[in-house]
Amino acid sequence: MLSEALRAELRRIVGSAQVHDQPGQLVAYSLDGTFAQDPPDVAVTPATTDEVAQIVRLAAREKLSVLPRGAGTSLAGGAIPIGGGILLSLARMNRIIEIDTANAVAIVQPGVVTADLQAAVEKLGLFYPPDPASLNQSTLGGNVACNAGGPRCLKYGVTKDYVLGLTVVLADGSVLKLGGKLVKNVTGYQLVQLFVGSEGTLGAITEIVLRLRPLPRQRSTAAAYFDTLEHASEAVAAIIAAGILPVTLEMMDNTTINVVEDYLQMGLPRDAEAMLLLEQDGGDEAAARADVERMAEVCRCHDAVSVEVAAGPAQRDALWKARRAVSGALGRVRPNKLGEDIAVPRSEVPEMVRRVRQIARDTELPIAVFGHAGDGNLHPNILFDRRIEGEMQRVELAAAAIFRAALALGGTLSGEHGIGSLKKEFLEEDLGPVAVGLMRGIKQVFDPQGIFSPHKVFPERGGSARADFLRALPSLDGWTPG
Amino acid sequence: MSPSRSPSTQPEAAVRGRAKPGGAPLPLLDPASAALLHGQYDNMLSCIRCGLCLSVCPTYQISFAEEEGPRGRIAMARAVAEGHLPLTPDMVEHSQTCLLCDACTAICPAGVHMEPLGTMMRELFLRDRPHGRRERLLRWFVFRKLFADMGRFRRVCGLGRFYQRGGARWLLRRLGVFRLFGLTTLEQLVPAMPHRFLVPRGQRWQAAGGTPNRQIGLFAGCIMSTAYAETDRATARMLARSGAEVVAVADQGCCGALHVHNGEAEGARILARRNIDAFARLPDAAVVVNAAGCGSTLKGYGHLLRDDPAYAERAVAFAARVRDVNEELAGAALPEATTRLDITVTLQEPCHLAHAQRIREAPRALLKAVPGLSLVEMDEPALCCGSAGIYNVLHRDRADTLQARKIENVRTSGAPVVVTSNPGCQLQLEAGLAQAGLGGRVRVRHIVDVLDEAYGGASAGDVIEEPAR
Repeated sequence: MLSEALRAELRRIVGSAQVHDQPGQLVAYSLDGTFAQDPPDVAVTPATTDEVAQIVRLAAREKLSVLPRGAGTSLAGGAIPIGGGILLSLARMNRIIEIDTANAVAIVQPGVVTADLQAAVEKLGLFYPPDPASLNQSTLGGNVACNAGGPRCLKYGVTKDYVLGLTVVLADGSVLKLGGKLVKNVTGYQLVQLFVGSEGTLGAITEIVLRLRPLPRQRSTAAAYFDTLEHASEAVAAIIAAGILPVTLEMMDNTTINVVEDYLQMGLPRDAEAMLLLEQDGGDEAAARADVERMAEVCRCHDAVSVEVAAGPAQRDALWKARRAVSGALGRVRPNKLGEDIAVPRSEVPEMVRRVRQIARDTELPIAVFGHAGDGNLHPNILFDRRIEGEMQRVELAAAAIFRAALALGGTLSGEHGIGSLKKEFLEEDLGPVAVGLMRGIKQVFDPQGIFSPHKVFPERGGSARADFLRALPSLDGWTPG
Repeated sequence: MSPSRSPSTQPEAAVRGRAKPGGAPLPLLDPASAALLHGQYDNMLSCIRCGLCLSVCPTYQISFAEEEGPRGRIAMARAVAEGHLPLTPDMVEHSQTCLLCDACTAICPAGVHMEPLGTMMRELFLRDRPHGRRERLLRWFVFRKLFADMGRFRRVCGLGRFYQRGGARWLLRRLGVFRLFGLTTLEQLVPAMPHRFLVPRGQRWQAAGGTPNRQIGLFAGCIMSTAYAETDRATARMLARSGAEVVAVADQGCCGALHVHNGEAEGARILARRNIDAFARLPDAAVVVNAAGCGSTLKGYGHLLRDDPAYAERAVAFAARVRDVNEELAGAALPEATTRLDITVTLQEPCHLAHAQRIREAPRALLKAVPGLSLVEMDEPALCCGSAGIYNVLHRDRADTLQARKIENVRTSGAPVVVTSNPGCQLQLEAGLAQAGLGGRVRVRHIVDVLDEAYGGASAGDVIEEPAR
């Protein structure tokens, strides 16, 4: 618990309405998009870079931890203030400072919601492609800190491909400006890129310069159903091999199809082993449509049971409806879900899905697999009820087995969610001790006192992950308010 | 570093303290309160914490504070239910500043239903911390007397008419009496009373020279049948034009929305039973209502009376008969409108229509069918205007912020008419427009009044009103 003097100092910096230190408020700031929970000692909602700098200076002086976060939508436990300290919410810093059409860049504060920027630039004929599923609620600061992806990233690249410049508050409270409106810039180490995906461990991002593209105004969409995963995966490989780069190539497995059908009763084929959602965009409607027709033909050649090409926006929305409903549908099956986001080489997607199904059988847990088949980034979602005796242990077994299967196939732990607190114990298994050692060295240079985002990213419990890595995450037990 | 708490190794303990059937009651609360929490516990657990609700929550959108958003409110309620958090003053405040607009419910991918959770918490707060004598007296008068008896309600409204037409309003305003009692907002929100109320006694409406194709029970409402009695009549006419025989069923009363939303569930149940009894006279007719807030409350009678063995089933059957006037008219075969209305309007969607009842296309379709009328969409048409029952009296700062935002959205739409279909929204918009100096330039109208005008209004003579048989 913070002393009254420190809280008074925070109130002087941001104003008393922006200091959240009452018991209920601390509970409200104790969570993110996962099931773990830990209240901060105080949450602050500053409005300017200068206020952030003052808060960090105070934290550095008092050796208090600081967790910068946006909307708190992390699926990796990255936005939970583990161990307390100061939760630095940047959600109020939500101004689009400038949209520069001549340079095709936008300058934004970190609390701008991704969809809000997209809507604003699209009015001007520009386009910000990264589209994480949480784009209606997650913030650009969080997107940059976690290097967010999304369905469109197959064609357009992930968040890192759009960050040209950053303003960051460093661990001593100083303010550093990096990069700018330049599209080309190879002067020195690429420090901008070091902050992208750093998950709040190196500093607090308070301003972002983002690259924009011309808005592709036309879209064409199709859905294809397969009776084996192999056929679906072969179709994906054949599409890429045919030289088509679609904007979206999404896959849902049989479990996911059935969960969505249970929820929406929209007439999805329950016995299909895989559904592919294919989309192409562009400036030319006929060209986009032609690509989709070619992809549909490839699917038919690879034994698709049926292929539907959307005739217009209404049919397109109907095709997307199933994919968009996945998250909510999964939330209704069991009280808890653990959404993973391993990535494997594209060619290993069918083998990865098969291994996940074997893991589901072995651990007797429903695991739905969907995701971005086009770039090998899959979301195995383990559905469970943590109140059931022994269920959490089985979830841990399943999750660890999924991680290890991905690594064995030449993949990685996370394609777009980040490591956060959920996966940190597996980091060394993925990267090896040398790379983790270098990362620790970098962390030491930027944040010698270790005030930024403790208990995230770096393993803390020895070389290999402990079997209780999920149960070891905090909950409200043992917490007393006030 | 701040002192680190030892992480739990027993996730099952997350439900520690929950009142299990036959188990120990919560350590912090009495058994009846624990039972209330228990009834909503699964609803709380449905939250997957994705935060999508933050994007539509009015109080979050004006504060960007987690405790002022649905996800934070659910987390606090759950912490109370699990025995981690007592009813601290801040918890109670942030829970009660929820507008119960259900915007979060409508967007929630996981199926959390905020309205019953929020109203349960208000009941809980009332049990835990009874109000002071002044508020208790006011509550007793408002909930158990004023809104409990329509005869009394009409007499009070009659007094209001006298007060507004005579010099009393001018005098009391001059003397600053309202300021003295802190009732300035409340006084501004009292609508102008028409010269004639609609007293439901079994009177009937039907189109002249036709045979009705169905029967409809008109739910007249309390504020609607007094302050907006002409809108009730226009509603009856429009329904009659759609081919129905419309009956203003006798002995109906207030729906109980204010009661439910202010922790007075028992008062609401008394009213609900009375309405169910009254409409039992027309057992096969749809019950049509023109106030969005009342409609969503009537549709919730099944939940309200779920533990009443005598009424639980009847309440479910009654709720299934309830239709908002927008959905009823949009789904009926209306003849072509007779009068061209060359006006531009914008639509303010009441929360309890758009979110609680999920009726969004019907009002748009009805307006677009009016010859000459052009509909321009305002920004954030379904963001709460801050009225929310008596929220604008209880939480004035937030209500004022939302009202100003709504008025700005109305202003930038450029339309000289705002159409809505809920009396609370109407009053809130009118007060907001007056304050912004737009009172003379932008009019607020109920959608039914606009539609009725397109059919020639009362003077068209195409609808016959019969007195009660």
